[in-house]
Amino acid sequence: MDTLEKKSEKVTKVHEAENVVVRFSGDSGDGMQMTGTQFTDTTAFLGQDLSTFPEFPAEIRAPIGTVAGVSGFQVNFGSKEIYTPGDIFDVLVAMNSAALKTDLPKLKKGGVLIVNTAGFDRKNLNLAHYPEGVNPLEDGSTDDYIVYKIDVTKHVKEALATSGLGNKEIERSKNMFVLGLLFWMFDKSMDYTIGFITEKFAKTPDVMNANITALKAGWNYGDHTEIFTTRFKIDIAKLPAGVYRQITGNHATAIGLICAAEKAGLPLFLGSYPITPASDILHELSKYRGNGVKTFQAEDEIAAVCSAIGGSYAGALGVTTTSGPGLSLKGEAIGLAVITEIPLVIVNVQRGGPSTGLPTKTEQSDLLQAIHGRHGEAPLPVIAASSPADCFEAVYEAARIALEHMTPVIFLSDGYVANGSEPWRFPTGDMLKPINCPLTTENNNPGGKFLPYKRDEKGVRPRTKPGTPGLEHRIGGLEKQNETGNVSYDSVNHEVMTHLRAEKIERIADFIPPAKVDHGKENAKICVLGWGSTYGSITTAVRELTAEGHDVAHVHLRYVNPFPRNLGELLKGFDKVLIPEMNMGQLCQLIRAKYLIPAISYSKVQGLPFAIDELKTRIVETLNSK
Amino acid sequence: MSDIISAPKRTPKDFSSDQDVKWCPGCGDYSILSQVQKVLPDFDTKKENFVFISGIGCSSRFTYYMDTYGIHSIHGRAAAVASGVKVANPELDVWVVSGDGDSISIGGNHFIHLLRRNINIKYLLFNNEIYGLTKGQYSPLSEKGKNTKSSPYGSIDEPFNPMELALGAKATFVARSLDRDPKHQQAMFKRAHEHKGTAFVEIYQNCAVFNDGAFFAYSEKETKKEDALFVEHGKPMIFGNNNDKGIKLDGLNPVVVDISNGVSANDLWIHDERDKTKASLLASLFDAPTMLHHKPRPFGVFYVEDRAVYEDDLTAQIAAVTAKKGKISLDKILSGDKTWIIA
Repeated sequence: MDTLEKKSEKVTKVHEAENVVVRFSGDSGDGMQMTGTQFTDTTAFLGQDLSTFPEFPAEIRAPIGTVAGVSGFQVNFGSKEIYTPGDIFDVLVAMNSAALKTDLPKLKKGGVLIVNTAGFDRKNLNLAHYPEGVNPLEDGSTDDYIVYKIDVTKHVKEALATSGLGNKEIERSKNMFVLGLLFWMFDKSMDYTIGFITEKFAKTPDVMNANITALKAGWNYGDHTEIFTTRFKIDIAKLPAGVYRQITGNHATAIGLICAAEKAGLPLFLGSYPITPASDILHELSKYRGNGVKTFQAEDEIAAVCSAIGGSYAGALGVTTTSGPGLSLKGEAIGLAVITEIPLVIVNVQRGGPSTGLPTKTEQSDLLQAIHGRHGEAPLPVIAASSPADCFEAVYEAARIALEHMTPVIFLSDGYVANGSEPWRFPTGDMLKPINCPLTTENNNPGGKFLPYKRDEKGVRPRTKPGTPGLEHRIGGLEKQNETGNVSYDSVNHEVMTHLRAEKIERIADFIPPAKVDHGKENAKICVLGWGSTYGSITTAVRELTAEGHDVAHVHLRYVNPFPRNLGELLKGFDKVLIPEMNMGQLCQLIRAKYLIPAISYSKVQGLPFAIDELKTRIVETLNSK
Repeated sequence: MSDIISAPKRTPKDFSSDQDVKWCPGCGDYSILSQVQKVLPDFDTKKENFVFISGIGCSSRFTYYMDTYGIHSIHGRAAAVASGVKVANPELDVWVVSGDGDSISIGGNHFIHLLRRNINIKYLLFNNEIYGLTKGQYSPLSEKGKNTKSSPYGSIDEPFNPMELALGAKATFVARSLDRDPKHQQAMFKRAHEHKGTAFVEIYQNCAVFNDGAFFAYSEKETKKEDALFVEHGKPMIFGNNNDKGIKLDGLNPVVVDISNGVSANDLWIHDERDKTKASLLASLFDAPTMLHHKPRPFGVFYVEDRAVYEDDLTAQIAAVTAKKGKISLDKILSGDKTWIIA
């Protein structure tokens, strides 16, 4: 709904919307991630729901002005529940020619385009590989949009003329000018960001003042200049009451691990080797020395997982964090944890593969590797996070299952949920599920030697740790005799042990929640089955389709191995099952093999999440097909 | 104060597991196992605090024969597993047992990084200069030209000198011993155990099946006195059938001299364990015993250095951060710094 607002001499059209997608796009050095984060945090504080998608190049500082160097930050916010960062943008901020070239195709027709004209000189146009003499701002390419051309660089220089700062430092404040302008446009308070700047630059008052001045200059520019005729009004969201914070997937993963260790009464040991996009988990956990968290930056991926196995053996919650290539390297050691039956959490933040693939892009293509990627019969549980905040609960579950069932567990996240953020109604410590993993100090075989592989009713062996008198025993990678754990090459024993290890994992299905319909009806004509980070896109698509009258349901899996006990029955109740995945149909293979149903794969491997429109189209097509 | 009541002293048998030892007859591993079991009772460590970690290979079966805690892990990764054990619980007395393929080939990376970090782990390298468990291929410590199953025309690989490698990787304790000298092994294990930091002991170990006699020059009485040089801190370097030869330093050049006529022991190179430059010179005495005019091969503690231990630094950092920031409550970790309320 549009209304007119008259303020002093200026008349502005106020556009009311349920949600708006804003994309900040510029050079890697333009501070777009910071601008986006500040805009997001302010939005969150004002009570709107949101979802973000930062997208940056694989290179740290790709050549300035090139398409390779474009860094983007996308936020979708609104008064309704928001599950994805959005498919297309309502507002695009392009700081240079390369940013416009990259992101204009996804700006909605009639959308708002704000460009920094200083980024459209001949040099920048050349760097973005526009043909000589072509300027997209002048050749009609932007005719379909509401375009605001602003020489941000010039305005910032004027605003900071008396700041005493050098040209380079002044240029660095241009993102704050843009942020101030956006705050005006969306009628958002600058207080949060002013507080942030004051804290961040406390030691350099010149820089602090310059940033605040630039921010306010941006706001005032919007407020006073006649050219701006559109403002947006978005109501606060009707979210469940409670206390919220903003969180990214990697951050949620890190604190989920700390909470699990503390709830289990164990120290946390992380063995990790830096890798995109998982390194932030290592960074975050390294901050918690005061909580006794031991982070060990190992010499390589193999040492990382091996040290975590050693840490776990010594009595800690052993964790290793990595991404695809690292998971490949860790395979043999994970097999050791399988045969020794040692608790271990392996965090795999998936990215595009194979090999180095697309390090900064997202994909779900490690599912089969997680489930099967070891030599020998080496089953283990696999758990996947469906959103940034869900990383907390999912990794907590991974740790709980590892400790309570004495097994390595692979936790799958991906670049999309790891770097994305959303508001989170966080729990308090006492709300977290208890984790029961007692350490044995008594001999379970009175009169004889301790039996390290004698199992309880869940099929789980006792956990002990070195330093416990009287229970000395050896574990290792060779096949072991049932119960005693002594090396055994006996053929029948090997088969027994292989089955015992497999059954232990299968029985975990008794300790996880059943699968349920997330939205729509049981027995709907079509079920959209997803796992992991596709949750936001699928739920939005399915909600919109049911609202439009289609008979569609959504089932989403967190526990990918073992599957919930009722999954087969649940899926057989639908006429059709469509499985969208950011891979070539890996879950689909598993579902077809296990339940013998003609599940249909919808595959996307572009390093990007599913767009809601493309999902809706495919769902309706599948629904209507014979 | 029941802690003061002392338990009866342990015996080697207390450290011997009930598993049958399955090395080949004549294997040098038997002797090393026996010497380790002999020295452990002398150490001021509770039995339950010993942990033996091995990789893969003949020598790595060692852990199964010890009645201690232990992990027979995967090929090359013993140092990495052991690092995790020791860093997670510094109270434990952690030993790595690993062969030359395991340590220097597939596990070379973990080996050098363990030495660099100086984690307080005792590292026993069983060096038989061959791959035994895979039935006889050359190792990265085999001499160039060696005929093996995988090098029927002679290996063309230049071998490492493990002592030089360890010193280059900033090891703080470097020693060499050999399987056929039980007393020397015991002395080296005790010295290694006394050292605070990663203690690297290379043990020449005979593989009776695939590389028999590789080190006999240094262990058999016909040749031992001429070919082996046993060094001790503060003592001159003397060897020879009649203790009639010595090593003198001509600048940085070690020279063999005859001390039976004229040269006094005081003119000889006096071993100084704390001198890294001279430890490197000692490590460089690496002539093949078949070479004409070869110098003797040194045994003993080459080098000792006091340097910060990784897990101590970590413990200190945890204490310092805790003192400064305190332990953050779970509720605080969960809420972070910035929250908002939706009513």
